[in-house]
Amino acid sequence: MIVELGHYALVLALALSLVLTVIPAWGAHTRDAALMGVARPAAFAMLFFTAASFVALAAAYVGSDFSVLNVFQNSHSAKPLAYKISGVWSNHEGSMLLWVLILAIFAGLVAWRGAAMPRRLLSYVLSVQGAIAAAFFLFILLTSNPFARVMPAPFEGEGLNPLLQDPGLAIHPPLLYLGYVGFSVAFSFAVGALLEGRIDAVWARFVRPWTLLAWAFLTLGIAMGSYWAYYELGWGGWWFWDPVENASLMPWLAGTALVHSIVVMEKRDALKVWTILLSILAFSLSLIGTFLVRSGVLTSVHSFASDPARGVFILCILVFFIGGGLTLFAWRAPVLRQGGLFAPVSREGALVLNNLFLAAACAAVFIGTLYPLALEAVTGAKISVGPPFFEATFLPLIVPLLLLVPVGQTLAWKRGDLLGVLQRLSAAFGLAFVGTIIVFATTRGGPVAAPLGVGLGFWLILGSLSEITSRSHRRGASVLTVLRRAAGLPRAAWGSAIAHAGVGVTVIGIAATAWGVERIATLKPGEQIALGPYQVTLEGVVPRNGPDYREVAALMVVRDGDRVIGRVEPGKRTFIARTTATSEAGLLTVGLGQIYASVAEVGAADGSAGVRLYWKPWVLLIWLGSVAMAAGGVLSLSDRRARVAAPARRAVPAAVPAE
Amino acid sequence: MTRKQRRLTLIGSALAVLGLAAGLVLYALNDTIVFFHGPTDVVEKGIQPGVRFRIGGLVKEGSLVRGPNQLIRFEVTDTNKAVPVTYQGLLPDLFREGQGVVAEGALQPSGEFKADSVLAKHDENYMPKEVADSLKQQGVWQHAGDKAKDAGAKGAAPKPAAAAKPGA
Repeated sequence: MIVELGHYALVLALALSLVLTVIPAWGAHTRDAALMGVARPAAFAMLFFTAASFVALAAAYVGSDFSVLNVFQNSHSAKPLAYKISGVWSNHEGSMLLWVLILAIFAGLVAWRGAAMPRRLLSYVLSVQGAIAAAFFLFILLTSNPFARVMPAPFEGEGLNPLLQDPGLAIHPPLLYLGYVGFSVAFSFAVGALLEGRIDAVWARFVRPWTLLAWAFLTLGIAMGSYWAYYELGWGGWWFWDPVENASLMPWLAGTALVHSIVVMEKRDALKVWTILLSILAFSLSLIGTFLVRSGVLTSVHSFASDPARGVFILCILVFFIGGGLTLFAWRAPVLRQGGLFAPVSREGALVLNNLFLAAACAAVFIGTLYPLALEAVTGAKISVGPPFFEATFLPLIVPLLLLVPVGQTLAWKRGDLLGVLQRLSAAFGLAFVGTIIVFATTRGGPVAAPLGVGLGFWLILGSLSEITSRSHRRGASVLTVLRRAAGLPRAAWGSAIAHAGVGVTVIGIAATAWGVERIATLKPGEQIALGPYQVTLEGVVPRNGPDYREVAALMVVRDGDRVIGRVEPGKRTFIARTTATSEAGLLTVGLGQIYASVAEVGAADGSAGVRLYWKPWVLLIWLGSVAMAAGGVLSLSDRRARVAAPARRAVPAAVPAE
Repeated sequence: MTRKQRRLTLIGSALAVLGLAAGLVLYALNDTIVFFHGPTDVVEKGIQPGVRFRIGGLVKEGSLVRGPNQLIRFEVTDTNKAVPVTYQGLLPDLFREGQGVVAEGALQPSGEFKADSVLAKHDENYMPKEVADSLKQQGVWQHAGDKAKDAGAKGAAPKPAAAAKPGA
């Protein structure tokens, strides 16, 4: 019964999304206040029914109702409760429902926070959110109904793909979707501004928090996915330049550019048209990401043939929103009043450069990801574009950008003084240089690029620190005064410093992978092998049982000299429900580095195990840096400027330019 | 600076960055792309030793030999021709004789294919797409289409590289 209610709630949500699409937009067009008044209640109601539908599906999972096809295919009664819940979005139908639920949540949040927004803009924005939601409700109801039943109800479910039965993958999709879908708000604002024909710094103020929020979630989601792939796939890589990953990197790059260009718009009332375009592109790339992963076009161009309805449907949604957005842009952008030009050497000039490099890097990733698909479709030649392509294109575009980040952070708005900036940064540069020399002198092996990469990380961190100190330090001020001044800086300044320092931390972690050590060996029980600065001994191979799997684990002890510092226990798991084998890596964190072990064959007569061992110094910095980036974004979000933006406009109506 | 100079600086730097990006992409597309070939292609087209490519097919029954220190030899076949492959490292969980496989590496002068990565997908029903196509060409394809669909639907996050990866 609950399942039918869920299905019905989804149909009601579709109806509400159609109401939300049509009525407020018509009201805004005809300036009819009553019609525009429908926008907020409709958004709240749509959120309510979408949430009800999602809860109904979750209830079917928790109660192991195998009469629901979706639950039967992706769950098992022996599964731990947490994975029964995460099972909801571990499959195509459920994850699309999660996608649209998050879209409805964002629409609801915009409606809730939008009391102070100009009515026409709010109505247009919610209309566009409604239209996107309507398209996805239709997609779910027509091609991917999660509430379909099976007759007769099976006794037991087929179980969840064991690789997905993992805490990392339980929270990775929601985070990623919060990022992807969060950009829909920027898209809706852009389309709203184009429809209204007006765009100003106040618009930027309203849209900036949403963009930052989406960007922070996307950053976390990507980092989470990367960490999952690192420990779950068993060969210790943290980024593969795999199309599925690139699909999330492209909106991230566009979103990063957008977060920066919005600041220029807010502060200097410039880069308006470009910001609108970026808002459209960031969400378009999110849609393309969803399409690439969901349609199966990546696993095979031909999986269209196996389920043409879904692929073609998503493609239609894609064409409608991206094509529609860009067409509207081409048609209406000339109407918008251009912002002023500005001096090349200035904060805004540096941010333009930032946008150029990020956009170019995004384009390079885009070409590398889609070129093989296009080439195969046109000529039939099969190629793979792998890490060498992305290293040859992405790195030369990102490294100069990172080198310039501290300079851009220090430049003043309007008219920057390059010489003064270099003077102010000389201490940071000097320290980073000395740090690089020390790293160079104290490490052995690895390419020359590795210490240079670490130096770049130092430069980014120290540059951010220098921005904070130079803003709070005055000659002759006591330490206490400096600290008080630093604490009193706007949170946006701290957010920006922390986020950029986070980039530096990630860069150090990436550079340090060059000093990693890898050993592949067949070990007998009692045999010892050297791994970088440590020694690893195989104690033995033992069978073990988990809640819904059997495991053969290789028990290993890690020593530093004579001292035991820990154990790693990689294993091979066989899941009862699916009889598939997976490798489980054994991890031991030593400081910021990790010892990583995985097994190949176990169960030989002499008790030996084929193992792959890695020593990965500083590897955790890669993800810690990403968390710092996201934290910086959230801190910026809590800035007074973002919180009080709305009342400010109401209090000073003169601030709204009458164009 | 006049307005015109400012505009020119902006346009100039935009063109410079885009030009750089375009140059890098074209250079990389020429240099770093890896083609895919089936065993019959490899034998008949006479690919030069040292050229990197991906080979895909079935692991020939009875060809798998495990040497010391995870040195592995097997043959990749499309039932028409077979190419010997050597690989040092851990094999993916789903690597089995008679199953599909994709390996990346280059031919040695001896005619052996030295792989530095061996790929297989998570799902036992799944056949790498290139392998399926190349087997279809040889007329030995017998997997039902619905199996591929099944695999696509279940692997909610199909990270394709669930596999052993380069040692070197």
